[in-house]
Amino acid sequence: MTTAVLADALGKRYPGSDTPALDGFDLTVPAGTVHGLLGPNGAGKTTAVSILTTLLRPDGGRAEIDGIDVVRDPHGVRRRIGLVGQSAALDEILDGRRNLLLFGRLFHLSHADAGRRADELLERFGLADTGARPVAKYSGGMRRRLDLAVGMILAPAVLFLDEPTTGLDPRGRAEVWHALRALVAGGTTVLLTTQYLDEADQLADRISVMGGRGEGRVIAEGTPDALRSRIGGDRLELVVRHAADLGRAATLIGRVAGARPELDPDARRVGAPVTDRMAALAATVAALGAEGIEAEDLTVRRPTLDEVFLQLTEVPA
Amino acid sequence: MTVVPPSVVPQPVVPQSGSRLRWAAADGLTLTGRYLSHLRRQPELLVNAIGFPILMVIIFVYLFGGMMAVPGGGDYRSALLPGLFAMTMLFGISSTMVAVVTDAQRGITDRFRSMPMSSSAVLLGRAAADMLISTIALAALLLAGLAVGWRAHNGLWPALGAVGLLLLLRFSLLWVGIYLGLIVRGPGAVTAVQTLEFPVAFLSGLFVAPASMPVVVSTIAEWNPLSATAAAARELFGNSGWGGDSWIAQHAVLAAVLWPLLILTVFAPLSVRRYREMSR
Repeated sequence: MTTAVLADALGKRYPGSDTPALDGFDLTVPAGTVHGLLGPNGAGKTTAVSILTTLLRPDGGRAEIDGIDVVRDPHGVRRRIGLVGQSAALDEILDGRRNLLLFGRLFHLSHADAGRRADELLERFGLADTGARPVAKYSGGMRRRLDLAVGMILAPAVLFLDEPTTGLDPRGRAEVWHALRALVAGGTTVLLTTQYLDEADQLADRISVMGGRGEGRVIAEGTPDALRSRIGGDRLELVVRHAADLGRAATLIGRVAGARPELDPDARRVGAPVTDRMAALAATVAALGAEGIEAEDLTVRRPTLDEVFLQLTEVPA
Repeated sequence: MTVVPPSVVPQPVVPQSGSRLRWAAADGLTLTGRYLSHLRRQPELLVNAIGFPILMVIIFVYLFGGMMAVPGGGDYRSALLPGLFAMTMLFGISSTMVAVVTDAQRGITDRFRSMPMSSSAVLLGRAAADMLISTIALAALLLAGLAVGWRAHNGLWPALGAVGLLLLLRFSLLWVGIYLGLIVRGPGAVTAVQTLEFPVAFLSGLFVAPASMPVVVSTIAEWNPLSATAAAARELFGNSGWGGDSWIAQHAVLAAVLWPLLILTVFAPLSVRRYREMSR
């Protein structure tokens, strides 16, 4: 498998800032995959994307797109990438087709090719019926889709999406996800930055988690499933009907899980991490019957990425 | 997962090849076309560019004109119009700046920078479009001048020379606008520049003779690049002027060439460098 995006120990410090935006940032994205770059505001996601898309020069380290060095041959890199930045970079006065024509011509397509491509992309992103309506009158979701279409004009080797759904309402978000899934099905390599864990979870094959502000590097990397299991696998959660049973339930869960149970008295809930989800579930059901504890709810679930994230970014005490 | 029907999976498209210079010109032209289609779709942009100076013609000719006198007894209206022409060239700074700031804020500039297009084309396209708009605005203003009784007395070629000097001033100030647009963040700075254009316009020999001002102010006004262009235009149009003994008042046409060239030499390279090194 070829490597579409490679970052090796990238460093970047903005003038006048005491902490680096990036410090030893590593990333490898194989061709044909979707990679999520996850991190809180200020983690350095946009800085990383800016360096990879030649907008910003790194202070140290190296980066390659499709084997081409971003510092030594920025022009070569620009021919292989599409960038969809945080704000929809569209001409508001022009309509959708004219935007695609404009950028198509600037990508040096012939007039005929640019026109053909514009129609193809409008169709593909569900914008074929927008006619002469200027982009200023588009909804947030429509703008983003047109933005994606512009990023896809050259059918790039790598498409960079910097927080593609930030600021969209749920409907717009769903529209963009739908469009992204279609792109991915077409085999485009995508590097996606996001603050939304469910977005990375839904769209990405692999996720790199960046540390908090000032850290500037990836602190964990893996498939969404692998990241979850890295912080202790599944969780067993029991809600008891009567608050009085909570103490006995905690002992029971602790015994089944072989781990220290965590109590939430207000929710009448007790939980613990488990390694073998089905065995733990069966043992709990049997023990509840034997002890005569009435359960209101019993679940085994994977930790949410929010929990993963908190655990990974938590400063060790 | 949604599967895209094969018919809409993109066919790879192949960019055309060509030399750097050819693409700088082609991309610049594409972008000029972009700004011109803005004018087609939002004609009010042009109304702003033309309407304001015409309003100034009306205000100065009919409101203030009666009170103003030209030293040595020339016709004020004749001296005023070239001043208004030069002022319109100055006010182009903020309109250029607004366009540059808007593109930067929308992320369009970053998109351009991430594309395999010529980087100088972005600035050249802007410059060409603004020059075209300014030429139209100046033409409208000349017509307005003729309508209120202003005339060019020295014939066609000197008149074209005056127009050329005015456009040269605009071309140099355009790069000031591009540079300011590239370095500022946010619309607050645009307002500041728009506000500052007024004192720059008034602290000059555009509307009154610098000789009537206190000595320090009068020196600044005489050396204001706008004064040089306005004085040169008066000379070439054969309009009444303020006169003056200083070197710059005696060599208005030369100064109207040198000043813009100096501004251009400073701000065009600054803008190009700033654009190349934009690291927001």
